[in-house]
This record gives sequence, C-alpha cells and structure tokens, in this order.
Amino acid sequence: MPVSERHSELVYDALVAAGVEVVSALPETWLVHLIRLAEDDPGVILVRLAKEEEGVGISAGAHLAGRKAAMLMQNHGLLQSVNGIVSLAQLYKIPLLMLVSDRGHLGEPDPWQTQGGAATRPILDALGIVTDELRDPETVQLQVSRAMTLAQASLAPVALLLTRDLMWEALA
Amino acid sequence: MRRSDCLEAIYDELAGCAVVTIMGAVAVELYSLGHRPNFFYLEHAMGLASSMGLGIALSQPRRRVVVLDGDGSVLMNLGGLTTLARYAPGNLTHIVFDNQSLLSVGGFPTATATGSDLAGIARAAGIGNARTVTGLDEFKAAAVAAINASELACLVAKVEPVGPKSFHMDLHMLENRFEFQRALRPEGNSP
Repeated sequence: MPVSERHSELVYDALVAAGVEVVSALPETWLVHLIRLAEDDPGVILVRLAKEEEGVGISAGAHLAGRKAAMLMQNHGLLQSVNGIVSLAQLYKIPLLMLVSDRGHLGEPDPWQTQGGAATRPILDALGIVTDELRDPETVQLQVSRAMTLAQASLAPVALLLTRDLMWEALA
Repeated sequence: MRRSDCLEAIYDELAGCAVVTIMGAVAVELYSLGHRPNFFYLEHAMGLASSMGLGIALSQPRRRVVVLDGDGSVLMNLGGLTTLARYAPGNLTHIVFDNQSLLSVGGFPTATATGSDLAGIARAAGIGNARTVTGLDEFKAAAVAAINASELACLVAKVEPVGPKSFHMDLHMLENRFEFQRALRPEGNSP
C-alpha cells in the first residue's frame, strides 16, 4: 500500500510529543498506519468510533477530565461532525485537535471523494476554524505542536489537513 | 413514574460522581434539586452526552461517571451505544429517561412510542447489563446498584412525558463548563 508509513510515524510521534493521550478515530485508507500506531501504543487510549461526531464528545470529555485528545478522520468525517463541532466544541470552548485526511484534491483517483474535497476548506472557513496543511515532513512536528498549543490556548477546534503530498508515498 | 422523582431518588448517590446530563427537562430537574460542581448540563449537541461520559470514564478510570440521557438524544447516536459496549468502562452508568417523546419541543412522539426498545438495542449493541425499569423503587435499586458496580450498565427508565414549567437555569453554560472541569481535577492537583 502506498500510504507512507514513515510519514504516518512522523505525524504520530508529533501527536505523542504534543501530549495526546486519547485518540478517537474512524479508519480510512490514509489513516491505517496512524491508527495501527495508536493501537500498538500502551500510552494512548484509542477509541474506535462508529461515526466521527462521537469523537467530538469523547475529546470534550477527555479535555474536561484533564487529558489531551486528538481526532483522526477523513474530510467526510469532518462533514459528519459539524454539529458536534459547533454545538459542543465551539459552544463550550473545548480545544479540539482534528487531523483530517484531505481527500479529493489533485491526484484523487476516486470520483466519490471529489465533492467532499472541494467542500472541506470552505466549511472550515465558514466555521472560523484555524486550519493548516501538513505537507512537508520536515515541519510536521512543529505544526502539530503549534496546533495543540493554539487549541489549548484558544479553547477552540484547530484542523490539520493531511495532504496527499505527505501521506502518499511518491512512486519511484 | 416521573423523571423528577427518579432524579430525587438518586440525587445523594450522584454526589461523588461526574454527572453529564442532556439538555431540557433532565438538566432543569436535576439543577432544581440543587446544583453541584460535578454536574455538567450539555445544553446542545444532542446525542453526545454518552460520548462525553465515555471520554471522561476512559480518562479517569477511578471516577464514577453517570450519564443522564433521554430517548430522543440516544436515538440521535445509536452508533454510540456500540462504542460504549466496545470499551465498556466499568465506571460508567448510562441512565436513559424514556418518555417516548421530544417533550421540550412540542411533545412529538419518538420511535420508542411505536415500539423501539432502547434497552434491547443497547443489549444487542453489546452492553450486557441493559434493562428497562418502570417503577420508582425498582429504578432506585437498579440505578444505585449500577452506579456502585464495576460494570458498564445501561438503565432505561420509562417515565411520564411531563417536565418543568420553565427551562430557565441561573447558570451560564461556560460557568458550568469551567466549574465542572475544575471539579474533575484530581485531588490536590491544582493548575
């Protein structure tokens, strides 16, 4: 599978370095290595979701109980979570670090991913959510760390979009 | 059976727990009995009270957590029951007040009014200890036992579709949120 194991590890290590102890996730292709890493890490509580919006509740509970949390989901999972993001995370000022695989852009071969890809950034913008792209492996650790710092300081959701450039192994 | 009587019956038992309620009548009736810092009233995000309870229960395995849910809210997050069952934290008790209606928005019937069985759904989701109670004494005994047991339980209490005259609470959502977070800090662990 051409999903990058090396870059998935970079992202995972950055989450752990940022103090994440609770990871809630719903699998998709780009996230398989990240989720396996969480699964194999005894220091992290991995919560496998039936639907992504649950992750907003779990992250909020974890935050109020003193643990840092992150959500791993596809951009369609973000779309699915919008009510929870607005009416729990934003309404109650909950820091919410969201790692969102950014499907549906240049190079996307799956027709069903394309509509959601086009909607992701406008929706994040409409919600006023600070968003950054993880693209360069050299800056992943710093970006994740800064995203967590901002989420905790602003008590608000922050989205990091996992781009194809980072997550997909370049073919030789 | 009235929900307000159920809440009164377990009010003392909730003193040492982290309590998460849904919005509407459940929140107001618990608040009216006397607010405590360990009570969090989720005034929106219908369906996510149980997910919040799961997040708290997994984060603080030694703290007893009680979610006071409703049929309308549970029906919005049925998948969440499978997630509760999957992790089944022994310190979590999920109490669902089923009045078979969306009381605070006109009293329209929910699907439990036409036969959907939430305790049955919870059992089928994998929560072994899930049952329906209809009488107050039975509710109190089952709820107190569930809260003190080290097993995930889902208790569906069939209650009358009656609620408070007013839904006003003299407690801002954010005040409640920060106070609750402080109440969940481990003893002696100041910020």
